Amino acid sequence: MTEPATVLQARGVVKVFGQHRALDDVSIDLRAGEVHALLGENGAGKSTLIKILTGAYQATEGEVLLEGQPVRFADPLQAQAAGIGTVYQEVNLLPNRSVAENLFLGHQPTRFGFVQKKVIYAKARAVLATYGLDVDVRAELGSYSVAVQQIVAIARAVELSGKVLVLDEPTASLDRNEVDRLFDIIRQLKARGLAIIFITHFLDQVFAISDRMTVLRNGKLIGTSSLKDVSPTDVVRMMLGKDLEILHPVSTAAEGASGPVMLSFDGFGKPGKVAPVTLDIHRGEVVGVAGLLGSGRTELARLMFGVDTAESGKVTMNGKEISLRSPVQAVQAGFGFCPEDRKADGIFGDLSVRENLIIALQAKLGWFKALNRDEQLEIAGRYAEALDIRAANHDMPIKLLSGGNQQKVILGRWLAIDPNFLILDEPTRGIDVGAHAEIVRTINRLREDGLGLLVISSELDEIVAYSSRVVVMRDRQMVAELHGQDISPKIIVQAIAAQHQEAAE
Amino acid sequence: MKTRVLSRLISPQTMALAAVLLVNWILFPGFFDIEWKDGRLFGSLIDVLNRGAPVAILAIGMTAVIATKGVDLSVGAVMAIAGATAATMVEAGWPAHTAVAVALLAGLACGLWNGVLVALLDIQPIIATLVIMVAGRGIAQLITEGSIVTFSDPTLIFIGTGSFLGLPMPVVIAATLAVLATLLVRRTALGLLVEAVGVNRSAARYAGISANVLLLAVYVFCGFCAAIAGMIVAGDIRGADANNAGLWLELDAILAVVIGGTSLLGGRFSILMSVLGAVIIQAMNTGILVSGFPPEFNLVVKSGVIILILVLQSPLSATLFLRAPKAKTGASK
Ligand SMILES: Nc1ncnc2c1ncn2[C@@H]1O[C@H](COP(=O)(O)OP(=O)(O)OP(=O)(O)O)[C@@H](O)[C@H]1O
Ligand SMILES: [Mg+2]
Repeated sequence: MTEPATVLQARGVVKVFGQHRALDDVSIDLRAGEVHALLGENGAGKSTLIKILTGAYQATEGEVLLEGQPVRFADPLQAQAAGIGTVYQEVNLLPNRSVAENLFLGHQPTRFGFVQKKVIYAKARAVLATYGLDVDVRAELGSYSVAVQQIVAIARAVELSGKVLVLDEPTASLDRNEVDRLFDIIRQLKARGLAIIFITHFLDQVFAISDRMTVLRNGKLIGTSSLKDVSPTDVVRMMLGKDLEILHPVSTAAEGASGPVMLSFDGFGKPGKVAPVTLDIHRGEVVGVAGLLGSGRTELARLMFGVDTAESGKVTMNGKEISLRSPVQAVQAGFGFCPEDRKADGIFGDLSVRENLIIALQAKLGWFKALNRDEQLEIAGRYAEALDIRAANHDMPIKLLSGGNQQKVILGRWLAIDPNFLILDEPTRGIDVGAHAEIVRTINRLREDGLGLLVISSELDEIVAYSSRVVVMRDRQMVAELHGQDISPKIIVQAIAAQHQEAAE
Repeated sequence: MKTRVLSRLISPQTMALAAVLLVNWILFPGFFDIEWKDGRLFGSLIDVLNRGAPVAILAIGMTAVIATKGVDLSVGAVMAIAGATAATMVEAGWPAHTAVAVALLAGLACGLWNGVLVALLDIQPIIATLVIMVAGRGIAQLITEGSIVTFSDPTLIFIGTGSFLGLPMPVVIAATLAVLATLLVRRTALGLLVEAVGVNRSAARYAGISANVLLLAVYVFCGFCAAIAGMIVAGDIRGADANNAGLWLELDAILAVVIGGTSLLGGRFSILMSVLGAVIIQAMNTGILVSGFPPEFNLVVKSGVIILILVLQSPLSATLFLRAPKAKTGASK
């Protein structure tokens, strides 16, 4: 059997940012017709490596070879022209252009030099249909969820990739069905002989689709091996440099253990967004929220935090009615909210890590009680340590941090206000296995400290691991509340899927 | 710490100022001469500061607006409104301090209008402030009833031409305002919160920042600054000219802010740097004037210098100057 040809290769790549060596002598080779998983902790250098392969960054040292020839892409456009399609971790599309334009921007089908709208729309619909996506391709991309945007980004890259497809955490915001569809497409592309790089923090997905894997740790190459030869435990050991004790500690969240009612939402809703919800949150409990994409989970969270204003119902906190007409009021009441779309609603890209960590506390304190530099340093240091945020220093702009570390900063931002009630929308998205366990532990610890938490997640195992109660959303309605023994992935899936059975009958 | 002060001193702005001053000095050797006469300082340098003061004051307010990713095109018209108000009132027999107070209120009101359009109605700043930019001069003409209102009120004239501790009043006012505004934004959390709104308004809302109130405040402050500048200009010419007071100064103010290094995309800002930007612009104007070149040159030279400064500040030049040497060493291996 002959070895498949090597398509894209990096040799001895070094990337230095200021004082920081993000990549140190890393080599990788991609063969035609393989799915190659690139693994490592948050900040290990995965995104940096693919940015060098695709021309978004230039290597400080080392070289990139395409089909054996040294290449130097000045920018991702040149890489595209050479047949390398890329989905970067932070989706880089134009939110105020249509879905179709985003799909084909820069390579529209034209006739006599004119862009043919009709042709484009039809083609866009056809392309997206292969992903099971049925959206209005003329509508602004920004009006759709992160998941839809992610699929558009993937479809765009697939259209552009003749030889290599690079996917940096493409599945972070997709649900199971969409992941399955994506994998079907990846298999087709693989059969066509493309080389595919796949970055993810979901180990089950790595084993489901990949042929080989390369592991980075702290910018260094740990090794490349065939997935046939390794077990998940081996992979985790390579990534972390140590064994991870227990991935999901058995839930200690016995329902009886939670404290008195802290918050009651009574008939809380907004027509067209979320049907009225009645829900009590106790001190010291985690309410998990499950449901498909678009089931109204995020809308519920936005309502509870005052981002959208409820039009019916009331909220009482410790027996007193409170007003929740804006996030300002929510923060004053001691609420915190880590939103789903980190880039659009979470981080202040140009502000420093330190400022991003203290901003909510500062907003809560008001205009005239400024935290001085020492206080800021102290607070930022405390939460960076508690959450193990890896940043070269706390004065660098947060946009330079790796995705997972940005996520931790936003969580830290809310811990700094010492909240009563924390809403987390997909808190472990893009977070590595080690940090994942860490966040689950943090959620459990916060619960023990007496906080009320509402956690939205698409990962059922995770919801089961920390929830004292699980609420299931479907069609913008709360359709079930599961307790005790009922909190298992199987029963949650049944509750989520009940609708399909009804529809099928 | 030392290196930080030093790196501030050799910013593109200070270098540009030094270069402009140097050229002025070559063209006009008496440029740096300063003399003490009648209890105040005289000289070209003082003149630059004095003439530059209105734009500097506009730039102070404009900096805050631009930091929120906005822009205020109405400041020139607001200057005309404030000048017209003050002049018409003193001519109608009102005491000067009342006239000044009402003129300031007029500026605040214009700012509030802009703020409401931008913050509450979510209209793009460039469109929202265009309303007063266009309508404002009409309003000013209504106030002056179409004529140039001249006045002889000593207080108003003092604002434009008087002196304090030997320095012209406009310079004193601009400097005081710059220092107070800087203290206000840096000693409180306002500066950080304004930057946060400018960097990502949506994230600011999610973080519990009252973004709308801040936006309102910023436009109101900008209107206030414009009103002060308007009274200085009126006091200087002892009259209110609804058509020409502050004409095109919004562009100079925006330019001053950009030269000062605040990005039109919002975020990080420095009021003092914007003031420096205003001084650079005025130094160029004065230089061309004293050198005897025809004033048409002014615009050409000005745009040349501006392009130079902007190129120096652009990310491209940062990569060129900072990365090029490294890339070379990498390639030679
Ligand atoms: N432009 C930059 N300037 C400075 N440092 C950077 C820059 N880009 C990345 N880094 C740093 O390089 C390191 C590697 O980042 P990278 O984004 O490659 O991590 P990653 O492995 O993709 O992590 P994640 O799983 O969280 O996405 C991080 O410490 C990050 O802070
Ligand atoms: Mg990454």
